[in-house]
Amino acid sequence: MVQFRLPKNSTMSEGKTFKASPDAKNVKRFRVYRWSPDDGKNPTIDTYEVDLDKCGPMVLDALIKIKNEIDQTLTFRRSCREGICGSCAMNIDGANTLACTKGIDEVKGDVKIYPLPHMPVIKDLVPDLTNFYAQHAFIEPWLQTKSPTPEKEWRQSHEDREKLDGLYECILCACCSTSCPSYWWNGDRYLGPAALLQAYRWLIDSRDEATGERLDDLEDPFRLYRCHTIMNCAKTCPKGLNPAKAIAEIKKMMVERQA
Amino acid sequence: MTADYEFHDHTFDVVVVGAGGAGLRATLGCVEKGLRTANITKVFPTRSHTVAAQGGISASLGNMGPDDWRWHMYDTVKGSDWLGDQDAIEYLCRQAPEAVYELEHFGVPFSRTEEGKIYQRPFGGMTTNFGEGIAQRTCAAADRTGHAILHTLYGQSVRHKAEFYIEYFAIDLIMDDEGQCRGVVALDMATGEVHRFRASLVILATGGYGRAYFSATSAHTCTGDGNAMVLRAGLPLQDMEFVQFHPTGIYGAGCLITEGARGEGGYLTNSEGERFMERYAPSAKDLASRDVVSRSMTVEIREGRGVGAEKDHIFLHLDHLDPAILAERLPGISESARIFAGVDVTKEPIPVLPTVHYNMGGIPTNFHGEVLTLKNGNPDTVVPGLMAIGEAACVSVHGANRLGSNSLIDLVVFGRAAGLRAAELVSPGQRQPELAKGAGDNAIARLDKFRNAKGSTPTAELRLKMQRAMQEDVAVFRTGETLVSGQKRIADVVSGIPDIRVTDRSLIWNSDLIETLEFDNLIVQAVATVEGAVNRQESRGAHAREDFPDRDDENWMKHTLCWVDDKGKPAIDYRPVHAYTLSNDIEYIKPKARVY
Repeated sequence: MVQFRLPKNSTMSEGKTFKASPDAKNVKRFRVYRWSPDDGKNPTIDTYEVDLDKCGPMVLDALIKIKNEIDQTLTFRRSCREGICGSCAMNIDGANTLACTKGIDEVKGDVKIYPLPHMPVIKDLVPDLTNFYAQHAFIEPWLQTKSPTPEKEWRQSHEDREKLDGLYECILCACCSTSCPSYWWNGDRYLGPAALLQAYRWLIDSRDEATGERLDDLEDPFRLYRCHTIMNCAKTCPKGLNPAKAIAEIKKMMVERQA
Repeated sequence: MTADYEFHDHTFDVVVVGAGGAGLRATLGCVEKGLRTANITKVFPTRSHTVAAQGGISASLGNMGPDDWRWHMYDTVKGSDWLGDQDAIEYLCRQAPEAVYELEHFGVPFSRTEEGKIYQRPFGGMTTNFGEGIAQRTCAAADRTGHAILHTLYGQSVRHKAEFYIEYFAIDLIMDDEGQCRGVVALDMATGEVHRFRASLVILATGGYGRAYFSATSAHTCTGDGNAMVLRAGLPLQDMEFVQFHPTGIYGAGCLITEGARGEGGYLTNSEGERFMERYAPSAKDLASRDVVSRSMTVEIREGRGVGAEKDHIFLHLDHLDPAILAERLPGISESARIFAGVDVTKEPIPVLPTVHYNMGGIPTNFHGEVLTLKNGNPDTVVPGLMAIGEAACVSVHGANRLGSNSLIDLVVFGRAAGLRAAELVSPGQRQPELAKGAGDNAIARLDKFRNAKGSTPTAELRLKMQRAMQEDVAVFRTGETLVSGQKRIADVVSGIPDIRVTDRSLIWNSDLIETLEFDNLIVQAVATVEGAVNRQESRGAHAREDFPDRDDENWMKHTLCWVDDKGKPAIDYRPVHAYTLSNDIEYIKPKARVY
């Protein structure tokens, strides 16, 4: 069996520890990945002790508390704090999720926090998502029609609209794609579950008239077919969506149009 | 200029700052007209706070029953407590249906009626026939309408190959000696490089400043950066005392529960299980305007009829509604209630509290989006080269109180209007004069000051002081006493700024520095807000003075203008409310008592 190791410049070492004040009674340890391009050093795991009696319930609350009160240099993205903007996606307790909707009490023992896996890191918990966004753009995420545009709305039946449920809600947090081993290996050529979920969202929209072209663009050994139904995407999606199923539906459409 | 920084220069026809609903719609409009357009945004477009809008977007499509843009206009004027400019409100309501159809053609996944049309739900203050019946005017994509619209607009921007500068933080405008805006300076957060954008036109679409308060439905990034840039450019903000409290923020977490919950039949109760809104608004009840509902809830709590151990909040009931309807039309807030309040909405009520939600005030503009100022006695003087749209702007269509679902329509109608106006004002590739020597140095000085701030007070500490002061003293109900206290406390925070401490010295993704720049933006808006509130001796819309409980049209039917200088010192003046409409299709709607 081949032994895999992190590249030399990625191996981590123990970093600083920030102790809670001695009178804190309800202390939880947060073990957080730290790396900055400024000093040329390898990543470290810093340990922050947080008094949960003085902290909100979510992991994001703890991160904000750390940044406000303990260590201003800790760097992460956040915005809406209610699970709709997708900014604070990170790897918490071994799984990708949103820090703002992940309860601290869901984690037994220390809370281990890393950036989304297998992405270039800009700093600390901030990954570079350029490639991820380019893949989303590649699937042409807009309505394409050929019929003359009506004066009012395109009509869409209740049933046809329901087909978009479970698809349009994606928040582009990248939790799914960065949890996918196939995407880890072939992220440059495999579009990944997030982009493919969106591809299916437009393929199945009864208003869209570019189905053939959309399928043509996916007919490729890598873009679509690197999904091996590992299902990490569905397991990790913080919005409860199922990208693997959407990918399977696209594969079915591919087969059906060949018949 | 400090040697550490070097400008990376760009020239565009138009630079849009902000990529929420308004910013993206304006960017699209400009690109479509062949204008070379940059969009600068501090977050990836789909992370803008438009994404969190839930209930819907208003337009008199009439899909659920008779409707008329005039009825929409009447409701908006009444909702604004007659502080809205009626020419702008007419523009908004007339353009609304077309703007919604355009969104649908872009691909927004609206919920549907049985006939396959866009589904519309009732919303607070939206009536038929000038206040007679309840209108179903709010077009919805379940309770994720903002998300659906923002992602769709982003897709369209990709389609049109708009040029984005993502995670660029705008520091300051470049104004020339004649008072014309000539561009904007921004920091690339990933590299720490400073970029100087020269443009014939800058469009600010930077949103509201909810984070001046301790508890807000607003995202952490809602810091009103454009408003503050305008103040630093020596221009005034308008009607800043009007801050909307949404009746139903989740108790504790502050996350939004859409008014659509009440639109779909939800109702509020106090500790006695009473549907108390029947007493305050006998006709509209739970669907009265937001300011009315928030005040009623506050009175209930104050008089000892709040719920919970501390009797400090109110219950919102959805448990009587069909679970299938909840799953179809309110899935997002069902999820939020579960995560943030531990509540199963099919079985239990949601604990809620009025929570800061929206800023009616902002950068004064006309209905084309052009920024206005008071100059040489002319209250409608256009500031050349500068536009503002969306929550950052005060057109003013929302006046003293915005109606629910009028915000999303404001974004797309005025985002579109700005694009149209831009195409009239600027021709593609238009020659621009060279920037003056030292243009943008003000931005560098500001950046450098905070990057090297070595005081003893961390930004978070000052920010918390500001947020607490605003929360406690500039709240749902105000008195001269609380406001003067707020004024002092905010002035105290201002005086603490020279001692601010930024710990992170890096130029790479320095969010300590960004949060400090954002705080510096917030505090001047807090000054303008509290100053406007102290000054306005009447009650109108969201500004409820217990010492001046009545609306006073004779003395106060006017917009507040507030300037704040670089020492944090405010100055007040006024602009008249536009007491005329845009066309002869509707007459000016005269003020009357506002009863729901």
